[in-house]
Amino acid sequence: MSNDAISARGDLRLTRITKSYGDFTAVDDLTLTIPKGSFFALLGPSGCGKTTTLRMVAGLEEPTVGSIHLGDTDITTTRPYQRPINTVFQNYALFPHLSIFENIAFGLRRRGIKDVKEQVDKVLNLVELPHLAERKPTQLSGGQQQRIALARAIVNRPALLLLDEPLGALDLKLRRQMQIELKWIQREVGLTFVHVTHDQEEAMTMADTIAVMNEGRIEQMGSPADLYDDPETAFVANFLGQSNLIKGKIDGNDGDNLVVDIFGQKISMPKKRSHAVDNSMYAGIRPEKFRISLVGTPTRGNTLTGGHIEDVSYIGVSTQYVVAMPWGQELMVFEQNDDGVAPFDKGDEVVISWEPTFTFGLRGDENIDAGTEVNPEEPAEE
Amino acid sequence: MSQKFKDATIPSIPTKARISRWFGRNMLRIYMFFGFTYLFIPVAYTFAFSFNDSGKSNLIWKGFTLSNWQNPCGAPEVCNALGNSIKIGFLATLFSTILGTMIAFAIGRYKFKGRSGSNLLIFLPMATPEIVLGASLLSLFLVFKINPGFWPTVFAHVTFCISFVVVTVKARIASLDPRLEQAAMDLYANEFETFRRVTLPLVAPGIAGAALLAFSLSFDDFIITNFNSGTLITFPKFVYISAARGIPAQANAIGSAMFFLALAIVIAIQLVNRKKAR
Repeated sequence: MSNDAISARGDLRLTRITKSYGDFTAVDDLTLTIPKGSFFALLGPSGCGKTTTLRMVAGLEEPTVGSIHLGDTDITTTRPYQRPINTVFQNYALFPHLSIFENIAFGLRRRGIKDVKEQVDKVLNLVELPHLAERKPTQLSGGQQQRIALARAIVNRPALLLLDEPLGALDLKLRRQMQIELKWIQREVGLTFVHVTHDQEEAMTMADTIAVMNEGRIEQMGSPADLYDDPETAFVANFLGQSNLIKGKIDGNDGDNLVVDIFGQKISMPKKRSHAVDNSMYAGIRPEKFRISLVGTPTRGNTLTGGHIEDVSYIGVSTQYVVAMPWGQELMVFEQNDDGVAPFDKGDEVVISWEPTFTFGLRGDENIDAGTEVNPEEPAEE
Repeated sequence: MSQKFKDATIPSIPTKARISRWFGRNMLRIYMFFGFTYLFIPVAYTFAFSFNDSGKSNLIWKGFTLSNWQNPCGAPEVCNALGNSIKIGFLATLFSTILGTMIAFAIGRYKFKGRSGSNLLIFLPMATPEIVLGASLLSLFLVFKINPGFWPTVFAHVTFCISFVVVTVKARIASLDPRLEQAAMDLYANEFETFRRVTLPLVAPGIAGAALLAFSLSFDDFIITNFNSGTLITFPKFVYISAARGIPAQANAIGSAMFFLALAIVIAIQLVNRKKAR
């Protein structure tokens, strides 16, 4: 079996994977299919089980329960060196005693590939660092080391490339640049990339599909746009961007729409965007979807009245308002500054409105703070 | 700076303050000078007297000669003693480095029952006074009816060298990032290849350092050797015995040569490291 594993190709399938360390369950009954050729992101806060999942796919950990398949081959207990899978480690893990050339050639030499020089030169050109072949890893900058770590993995043309927080150690500007480059390289080489990160922006920029993980489980999976526009749980709504979650009660139907009572005011929203299980619901609206108007001016769509501006922050590209509502909740509103000056002042009596189709509905028993108190700078799990 | 400014400022600082300031700036250098002088006077003395045309006793300067260096084996027994020390040192280093490295990997890398106990026991020979270790090893040999001599001495040296090897190699292993080995496995190296191509090369400087330490500890050991070597003469034993009637100048030449050899090794390692860092 193990000899076949190295040439396995196809979709990666995790089936009912659980990983426990004593009493602690790092990954809890996880089932997941990652299609061949996709750029897939596992997104979640530290300790959510994403790195453990990655390490099980790499073969560095063994699941307590469950199976991992690559195509039709079961690789659950296969040794790491018998899997056609390579990893870009968090701190790159370049071999300090070997030159850059030998670092990249390491995997090729172990497999007894013939044209090592040719392949290493090719991948060094791909990451645009051919002049560094004879240097040692410590002589390279963080960004260069990152690219070499990537080159060392993709030169093997694995069925699956795993990236464990690959950009975590880079500064913001370099990180942005590398996000675009990684995406480009993935298209160029056509490999399946599985990317683990706690940075939602990084996941949204690069991945075709994102699985949001929390406490060892997948909260929701989908394209970046799907997750952002129609989150199914409060955790997803808060972890990806910001959300206003307003307590409401489903009051009836209106064709394809639901009528929701918000502290006495009626709004409507598409039925298919509601994930509520009974009458109680949280209506969710992204801050940039709200419009603010002064009392007495015409509005469109859903409206909520009785608010006043509590706080104004001018950000440049937009202005962020905090609007206090009569039921005591403060709502966040982002307005584009396309008219120039911020038109509302603190204390203004205002009406909030938005297009009904932008509303998403969450279960009424959700913890609306889930996913907000996450500190991405915490040390990694284990 | 203009002349006027200089004239106006400098005399305003009192001489006393200037002197104390000079001392403040140079105190560390002065301290270092005395420290090194103290350390190296005996070495310099030994080196200087290796050129003494001494005759029987090498206590008084009688004139310059190169004969001690040209004919280091001139004094009776000196080269025999040196040979014994080198042989014992080599064997003790070999065994203690191999065993010590394996123990270091076991303690540093694996979790097993009695790990913390072994960790503590390893320190014991280092903490035990040499006289106690030497005497108890001798009684051990006598109980087993083994006569003191060459191999008991090697065995005794291995026992105390192992501790130093374990401590040195373990420190190196502790500083090794486990992700490097994981990366090697990820890149198709099996357990043996991972050890040979990644772990061992990265731990090698620690092992080499441990071996050098073990050799120098074995080479100049006197107390434990004196208990366990019987009639066998080692170099430190030779120096001790001949001290009663005057150490031959050849011993100074050999001692100095050892010093310069050690110095050359240290400098070579420094140069290699500096080249690597660049």
